[in-house]
Amino acid sequence: MMVFLWYQELLIEMNHKNLNSLTLVQALKALADKQISLDEIYESVNSAIKESQKLNIYLTLNPQARVQAKKAYQAHLPLAGLPIAVKDNYCTKNLKTTAASLVLDNFIPQFDATVIYRLKKAGGVVLGKTNMDAWAHGSSTETSDWGPTLNPRNPKYLPGGSSGGTTAAVAANTCIAGLGTETAGSIRQPSAWCGVVGLKPTYGRVSRSGIVAMASSTDSPGPITKTVEDAALMLQQMAGHDEADSTTNPQAVPNFGQDLKKGVKGLKIGLLYSDVPELKKVMSLIEPELKTFERLGAHLEPAQALDPHYAIGVYTIVQRAEVSSNLARYTGIRYGQDRSHLGDEARRRIMLGTFTLSKGYADRYYTTAQKVRSLYRRDFAKLFSKYDLLISLSNPGFAKKVGATKGEAMFGELEDMLLEPSSIVGLPGINVPCYRDDKTNLYLGLNIMAPMWREDLILRSGWAFEQATDWNQWAKAK
Amino acid sequence: MTTQMTKQPSKYQLVCGLEIHAELKTKSKMFCGCQNDPFGAQQPNIYTCPVCLGMPGGLPVANKQAIERTIMLGLALNCRISLFSKFDRKHYFYPDLPKGYQISQYDQPFCYNGWVETSQGRVAITRVHLEEDTGKLLHKTIEGKKVSLVDFNRGGVPLVEIVTEPDIKSAEQAKELAQTLRQMIRYLNIGDCNMEQGGMRLEANVSLSADGQLPDYKTEVKNINSFRFLEQAINFEEVRQAKLLDQGQAPVQETRGFDAVKGETFSQRTKETTADYRYFPEPDIPPLRFTPIQAEHLQASLPELPNQVLARWQKEFGLDPQLIHRLVISISQTQLLDKVWQKAQEKQVALNKLAVWIINHQKIITPQITADQVMAGFLNQTQTEQVDETKLTQVINQVLADHPAEVKRYLAGEKKLLGFFIGQVKTLVVSGADIAQVSQAISRTLNN
Amino acid sequence: MATLADIPLRPQEEERLAKEFADTLAVIDNLRQLDVSQIEPTHQVTGLENVTREDVVNKARMFTQEEALANARQTHDGFFVVPRIIDRDES
Repeated sequence: MMVFLWYQELLIEMNHKNLNSLTLVQALKALADKQISLDEIYESVNSAIKESQKLNIYLTLNPQARVQAKKAYQAHLPLAGLPIAVKDNYCTKNLKTTAASLVLDNFIPQFDATVIYRLKKAGGVVLGKTNMDAWAHGSSTETSDWGPTLNPRNPKYLPGGSSGGTTAAVAANTCIAGLGTETAGSIRQPSAWCGVVGLKPTYGRVSRSGIVAMASSTDSPGPITKTVEDAALMLQQMAGHDEADSTTNPQAVPNFGQDLKKGVKGLKIGLLYSDVPELKKVMSLIEPELKTFERLGAHLEPAQALDPHYAIGVYTIVQRAEVSSNLARYTGIRYGQDRSHLGDEARRRIMLGTFTLSKGYADRYYTTAQKVRSLYRRDFAKLFSKYDLLISLSNPGFAKKVGATKGEAMFGELEDMLLEPSSIVGLPGINVPCYRDDKTNLYLGLNIMAPMWREDLILRSGWAFEQATDWNQWAKAK
Repeated sequence: MTTQMTKQPSKYQLVCGLEIHAELKTKSKMFCGCQNDPFGAQQPNIYTCPVCLGMPGGLPVANKQAIERTIMLGLALNCRISLFSKFDRKHYFYPDLPKGYQISQYDQPFCYNGWVETSQGRVAITRVHLEEDTGKLLHKTIEGKKVSLVDFNRGGVPLVEIVTEPDIKSAEQAKELAQTLRQMIRYLNIGDCNMEQGGMRLEANVSLSADGQLPDYKTEVKNINSFRFLEQAINFEEVRQAKLLDQGQAPVQETRGFDAVKGETFSQRTKETTADYRYFPEPDIPPLRFTPIQAEHLQASLPELPNQVLARWQKEFGLDPQLIHRLVISISQTQLLDKVWQKAQEKQVALNKLAVWIINHQKIITPQITADQVMAGFLNQTQTEQVDETKLTQVINQVLADHPAEVKRYLAGEKKLLGFFIGQVKTLVVSGADIAQVSQAISRTLNN
Repeated sequence: MATLADIPLRPQEEERLAKEFADTLAVIDNLRQLDVSQIEPTHQVTGLENVTREDVVNKARMFTQEEALANARQTHDGFFVVPRIIDRDES
């Protein structure tokens, strides 16, 4: 009865105009109960897209979206034809896929990425392709060859990146849920800046097949959503072994919804990087929020981890090396434009990667980095022998102003410093909003990490935090 | 005609190693499920997918059969098997290489440290590794423009590379070794090694030594597509390099091509001489590990190899090694012939004669034929060569009348003279006459 | 490096890249402070091994010739076309 009441109130409040603000779970329920129609949702979403055009969120809209949605809805598929914003590095059959680079300005894939295939099979609809840093190289969405996306929370600021288009799409309510990819921060950092939920699954949990490769040994596709529960639902549809990706986990995918609302009572949580000098100021802002975990019955204490500054070096070297290799296929012969169309950021990454792999330097750079990577693996194994979960800030501070990346070759790496250690060893993590600055309307995000393959723990604690605090507008809306 | 330089006895010793590429026979390609049949394709670019076309997001998944066949070949070449191995990316730009890198094996090949016996001594095998083939380029002029056409039907086909130590001492030995390797690949039924179509490609690293030490240079002669050309190319290099050394010049380290028309090698000044392949472990394919027990199993599952068959057939069936050599061409044929020899022994048929007949009638050996059918075919045809009894008796009587002294000696107990009589009779009848029939008829007459 | 990477440099780019190179190397060179002499490198994090597929043709994933060539800049009779790379004609 109680549930019914809040739900009715919500629908009245939305006045059938703000249906675009529904979470995935809410929308599914409202559709199932025939309280609203799919058409109403699409109309609401489309007007939100129109209103937010100056934010430069979508690069391509799917002209078939509504037709596909109707079919999915009529087929009673789990995602009921709801509109999903998709980062433009997922290959989508017959829908332009550019990775925000001029090199692919005319590329129309003849195939779907595995995740897209699964999403469609589950009744999800690709609403459009979202802006990103070109080739996912960056943490600002400012390196896109189609210009930056602006942060819907405050358009003077960047949305972060590289999945900044999708996080902005979710924050601006121009979709019901979204897809991003992360190599080291590209889901969680823009989610933090845009005040949305972003889940980076364990490396190998979600297939990379059909997604423009950036750094093959760390790329992890994941959901970007309004709430933690939505993230669990999306991950359920995306995850699992793929015969087309040898690095996916062959084991069965757990039911992420099952223990979602079990709470964090009794969990031991280690707080990372609270003593990093650069973080002092922001840490003081979120300290009261961290107490939430103790209030909920978890045990929280500062944990000693290997200095994250070294992870910058490891990540930069490994990622540049893999980038130089992965972008070698873009020659303009079989598809796309030739290599003269590669943008500045891609060019400098390819050059550096080529250098770190070249004769005489490979040992000093590439091999050394892979060895330090082992040190981080060891360090996290030690930490997880002591703690169930680890938490940290998602990134060192609030969103930066448009233009902040100019001439900064290492902008993203420094920005993502807190996420790099866990990313290079493949750990899963989630960003949940944990603070909002009243003056700028900008957010800070909390990063919750668990051992490999334990997304269930992350979702559980993320949900508990979201419910117990006021920072998630959509969770609060009920 | 070829302008071949004449080869004189040299004061230098040839130092030569081979690198041999052979396409593996599998149903699908090395890292994707596309059909592996580049030579059978009716059209260009009909066997492709996002993986072998190097589309964004295409990921490799290794073909188990191709790995097993590579290891089988390695074991047949007396190699050791790496308990831990992996694939690596080898980077260079060329239009026939879709990803800008080739998935190959760098420092941990599947097989290493083997050897192959030749008539001029043993040649050590450095390694046998697995990689993917490139697409095929055709150089044409279309509408006045010089262009290259690319077909990726072959791109991603499994390719084994066999690398030998520089143990080869003559061009003939190089040719024999290459032929032995082709025989082995065909025998194991893991590759067709069609030279004209590029199913097997040869490269020779050639240098000369004046003092028996390993020289500090080598020339790589690439893209040789016949055994004869291999021999020619090495001979040519031997003469060319000897001339340079005689003049006190050091031959340069370089890649050379072979001009089959002129019979000469020529310098290929390509970017490749400065190649830096920037190898690193393929992040898209997890490493491969075998336990020592699995390696033993693989060894045990290896079929009987050509040289083992040769020894056994000589011993068990008294077959002529020259004939065996021509008959041991595949595992299936070996298994069939084993049964044929046994039946032939039971029926007291002359095995070498049967072997000659089979070589002359190789076409009848189809996958469906049985040992009984082979025997029947042989007996049928040889029966028509049986001599008319009346004529045979006439001839025998004549031969015996012509050699009274030998008849006396035979009747006195010198039984081995039977062979002499058989020979005499055969020259007068038909050379292909059935020996059993002739010998029986002679003994009969003599003993009467 | 530009040749190896097949990136033709633009005017003034060399100078700028050199500066950015130096900036980046300054950040990543801190790895040399760590002693990793006894450490094995980590290339992959899943712990997976021996992932292979059976040797079967997957027709569903294969392109038609038309699909394969759909995004190509230039084609001819079912082939991709590139500027000539070797100066000899073939019949």
